[in-house]
Amino acid sequence: MTLEIAAILGIDGVANGAIYILVAIGLVLIFTVTRVIFVPFGDIAAFTALTLAALENRQVPGTISLVIALAVIAALIEVVSLVRRGDLHAVPRALLFYLGLPLLVVALVRFGIGFELPMAARIALAILLVLPIAPLLDRIIFRPIADASVLLLLIVSVSLHFALSGLGLLFFGPEGVRTQPLTEAAFDVAGILISGQTILIVVTSVIFSIGLYLFFDYTLTGKALHATAVNRTGARLMGIRPARSGAIAYILGSLMAGTSGVLIAPVNTIFYDSGFLLGLKAFVGAIIGGLVGYPSTALGALFVGLLESFASFQSSALKEVIVFSLLIPILIWRSLASTHSEEDIEE
Amino acid sequence: MSLLSVENVSVSYGKVEAVRGVSLSVEAGRVATVIGPNGAGKTTLLTAVMGLLPYKGRILYDGMDLSKLDVEARVERGLCLVPEKRELFSEMSVSDNLILGAYSRRDRNNVARDLDAVYDRFPRLRERRSQLAGTLSGGERQMLALGRALMTKPRLLMLDEPSLGLAPLIVREIFHVIGSLRDLGVSLLLVEQNARAALETADFGYVLETGELASAGPSKDLIHDPRLIATYLGEH
Amino acid sequence: MSPNHIRAAGVAAALLLLAAPYALNSFSITLMNYIGVYALVAIGLALLTGVSGIVSFGQAAFVGIAAYATAWATAVNDYSPWIGLLLAIALTCSIAAFLGLVTLKLQGHFLSLSTLAWGLAIAFLFGNIDGLGHFNGIANIPPIAIGPFELLSGTQIYYLIWVIVIAALVLAYNLLDSRVGRAMRTLRGGNLLVESLGVDAFRIKLAVFVIAALLAAISGWLYAHLGRFVSPTPFEAKMGIEYLMMAMIGGSGSPIGAVVGAALITLLKDYVQDILPLIAGGASGQLEIVAFSFLFILFLQNARNGIVPYVTRFLPKSAEAPPAPATPLPRRQQPAPGTPLLEVQDAEKRFQGLIAVNKVNFEIRAGEIVGLIGPNGAGKSTMFNLITGALRATSGQIRFAGLDVTRSAQREASRAGIARTFQHVKLRPRMSVLDNVALGAYQRTGASFLSSALRLDRAEEASARYEAWQQLERVGLADKAFEQAGNLALGQQRVLEIARALASDPVLLVLDEPAAGLRRQEKIALAELLRSLRAQHLTILLVEHDMELVMNLVDRIVVMDFGTKICEGLPADVRNDPRVQEAYLGGVS
Repeated sequence: MTLEIAAILGIDGVANGAIYILVAIGLVLIFTVTRVIFVPFGDIAAFTALTLAALENRQVPGTISLVIALAVIAALIEVVSLVRRGDLHAVPRALLFYLGLPLLVVALVRFGIGFELPMAARIALAILLVLPIAPLLDRIIFRPIADASVLLLLIVSVSLHFALSGLGLLFFGPEGVRTQPLTEAAFDVAGILISGQTILIVVTSVIFSIGLYLFFDYTLTGKALHATAVNRTGARLMGIRPARSGAIAYILGSLMAGTSGVLIAPVNTIFYDSGFLLGLKAFVGAIIGGLVGYPSTALGALFVGLLESFASFQSSALKEVIVFSLLIPILIWRSLASTHSEEDIEE
Repeated sequence: MSLLSVENVSVSYGKVEAVRGVSLSVEAGRVATVIGPNGAGKTTLLTAVMGLLPYKGRILYDGMDLSKLDVEARVERGLCLVPEKRELFSEMSVSDNLILGAYSRRDRNNVARDLDAVYDRFPRLRERRSQLAGTLSGGERQMLALGRALMTKPRLLMLDEPSLGLAPLIVREIFHVIGSLRDLGVSLLLVEQNARAALETADFGYVLETGELASAGPSKDLIHDPRLIATYLGEH
Repeated sequence: MSPNHIRAAGVAAALLLLAAPYALNSFSITLMNYIGVYALVAIGLALLTGVSGIVSFGQAAFVGIAAYATAWATAVNDYSPWIGLLLAIALTCSIAAFLGLVTLKLQGHFLSLSTLAWGLAIAFLFGNIDGLGHFNGIANIPPIAIGPFELLSGTQIYYLIWVIVIAALVLAYNLLDSRVGRAMRTLRGGNLLVESLGVDAFRIKLAVFVIAALLAAISGWLYAHLGRFVSPTPFEAKMGIEYLMMAMIGGSGSPIGAVVGAALITLLKDYVQDILPLIAGGASGQLEIVAFSFLFILFLQNARNGIVPYVTRFLPKSAEAPPAPATPLPRRQQPAPGTPLLEVQDAEKRFQGLIAVNKVNFEIRAGEIVGLIGPNGAGKSTMFNLITGALRATSGQIRFAGLDVTRSAQREASRAGIARTFQHVKLRPRMSVLDNVALGAYQRTGASFLSSALRLDRAEEASARYEAWQQLERVGLADKAFEQAGNLALGQQRVLEIARALASDPVLLVLDEPAAGLRRQEKIALAELLRSLRAQHLTILLVEHDMELVMNLVDRIVVMDFGTKICEGLPADVRNDPRVQEAYLGGVS
């Protein structure tokens, strides 16, 4: 391997890693706040890419039916539970959040399809349309079992991924898509060509990481989210609702997953089920970071990106095997490093 | 009118009934205490009043049935619990912990002033305000827990074993603060194993044994009750 | 249901299975064959996930390794399928043993995530290794032959499959009803109790993991020779979660439930395949997984315990008889009363700079009851954990019966004869009271997985159960022996812990606040019990808050405050010691 190839692989790896950073940070955010290891997270990214592709072709994206269906089910569940509790005052508000807002987004997208929109508007619409999916799934799937063990939530989460990828095929079809390039620019740095796309990916990832840091440090909502992650009971005793924190985490996370979907769609062909591997690799990165801290998660994700890039040079067929096998030594190292408390795992 | 009245409340873990048919009340502006041995159900009782455990019976707060309110709604209405484990946000700074205490308050304008007041009350916390809560000593943690609770602007503050594991000097300080809270118009429900200190601070006392009320009365009477002296207070 | 009813039901089920090929068409027989093949994996998962609490998403990969191994041996290299079976089992079990060795120390969801990871990695390998046909798979796998007789048709292999399933069921139930079975069931819910009983949790986990892989391997072998073709698809992650569905829907921890679950999922899948095209047209293949996943999620949300436990609730309960008298388990030689038993010298324990126990010295002599008292947070519990091996001392020495146990793990302390109870009662609420107590006898018995599965452990098992029964009689809980431990009142649960400790034939009994939460009458009974134990030369150390109980019961008292021992002596002297008054009784005043 020459230095030049190493440099190209390195740049490629950093670009991959930057994508994984976006997804991994979203995963960690959701996990720490809700204790759900949200395996379908990659699907959200893939759905964004597919939605964007549909918008480019001025087709109705399958996401619309998905969002409508989820919104109706979630609203129904919420209203029924409110009525059962005798809390009728909260019904209009619940309808607004679970039905009104998602349908508003759907209407906006439906309306937008009628026009020749600029790229920025299409991207905004695509991301806007996937934002409600994860919070609605949270309400339908995870909220009823919010007290269950992390393990049970994980089983549910894995099942949910398979359900979503099936739905993905139903709503988007089996064809892969590639969206229009975000930028045609390219730069020659010391004889190595770096595409504007790569730079865009890295810059976006950095901006999001910094933004998230500021959010946690300087806003009350960010602090409340952090507090929920650190100590749920403590948070509740201060009047912070874990369910609300969870919804915010899901929306924020979806924003990052959606953005990553938009960023990879011009360079990789995205299929309805491409999200699984994206999510799992980001996840490997998150675990390397210990599923807790954001800087360590970013480093872990970057490492996975680089590893994948170099592994695919060695053997493109086995790169997935290499990435996933890596998880085992890392988990062992993690488990040796972490101290767990006995009470956590009581029945 | 009682600020809090617990009427015939039972709490179970699975099939084990930890609290059986307990009734008690806290008058507005007063301090009530529940004393009793380890495992008597004191913590369980507070946990249920706070809404963290389901219960049978009725709990009225300010004339309002609490059964339909979740924990967070109770906090919004001025009910606050400092649990035995403190439940601080250990990976966050002291000042963030305190700021989060005011999370559910609507009078945002007064928060800065109240934060100052808490720092005045516990100067140690001001010194350590940018330190992570997890690195504080036991006494400081309890001060932070109390300070954070005060930031919620409670009407009824419930303290679970505030002296637990603290050095006598700190215990004295904590009880001094507890005594002074009454002057702020905060009503208190205090659960303590340190029966003598609790009874000396409180207006009214309840004795809980194996989940049931064993006796109740004004603290000044209980403190001279020979049976209690023999069991909990020791010769003095 | 009485054993006779169960036997009758078993015979009836076996007859039905025997007769099935004569009553069913060939398509139904094919379904039955696949049910049997899947059921084997699910039985393994019932033991692994349902009983032992280790959630694996990776069983499909084990099935795949075995299927590919036998395919490679038979279709590529022309060996007999029986060689294929040996290779499949050897390869699968060694890979499982390796994966188990490196991952089973992981906790909870990290362990499950690792199964997802190696499951995926192995599944990717099938399509990418040269010589395994890549994504086209391996075809022309020969049928299994018994002598000259080839199992070509579905009906012929049917009997082989179901004989294996029934054998697996019988062995699994034998295993569950044994010493190791009890230990397996104890794995769910925290290591502290498990290790304090002298159980090597890691070894048990590893054994169960390999057993589950073994069943998966046999299933993979059958799968390859049933369909006569293997390709990567059936061993992907998706199938991993389907196996988990089978095991959990049938009933967590119930082998029979695993078979029911396998049947249900397979039939449902077949049914869904029939009706979905009518609803969805072309995309039905994917809708199938959508429907399944949502059904599974609904199930997890609402009925996690599964079908079999739900059904058994409606069956009449059998009246269980007390275990018959059996050869007693060997007893330990108790040290002569008065000889030094436990010596704590300069014991110190720091937690990140905090000193929890600070240079504590004391001694316990055989046959006495010593009380360890002090205010909350004084370091009593830490001292306790040092003695029982739950924590290691930072410095100092603890000697027990002449042995240095300072660095011993809980398991070793337990084997040396230290038995403990817990301040927050630790038992297995869904196991019977008798089984909970029998756990105590674990380290006095020695039956292995194999001898338990083959029922060679009956004599020893009878002794262990009788021992547990005797201990229950001794503490006065015999009438509750067959209730679920979780249904006992708190006071009775504390007594159960004592019985469990006694079942280990201890030299030293360490009790952590045994009277907390007990009523007055119960406390009197407890004191009575402890006195009778002393009369039988048992040595007891107890941490307790109830002064009345302590003062009237113990021979000597050690008082701790702020991590140090402040006083030691006879109850009457300690009571009048001003330092104790200040630390323990006084508080602020």
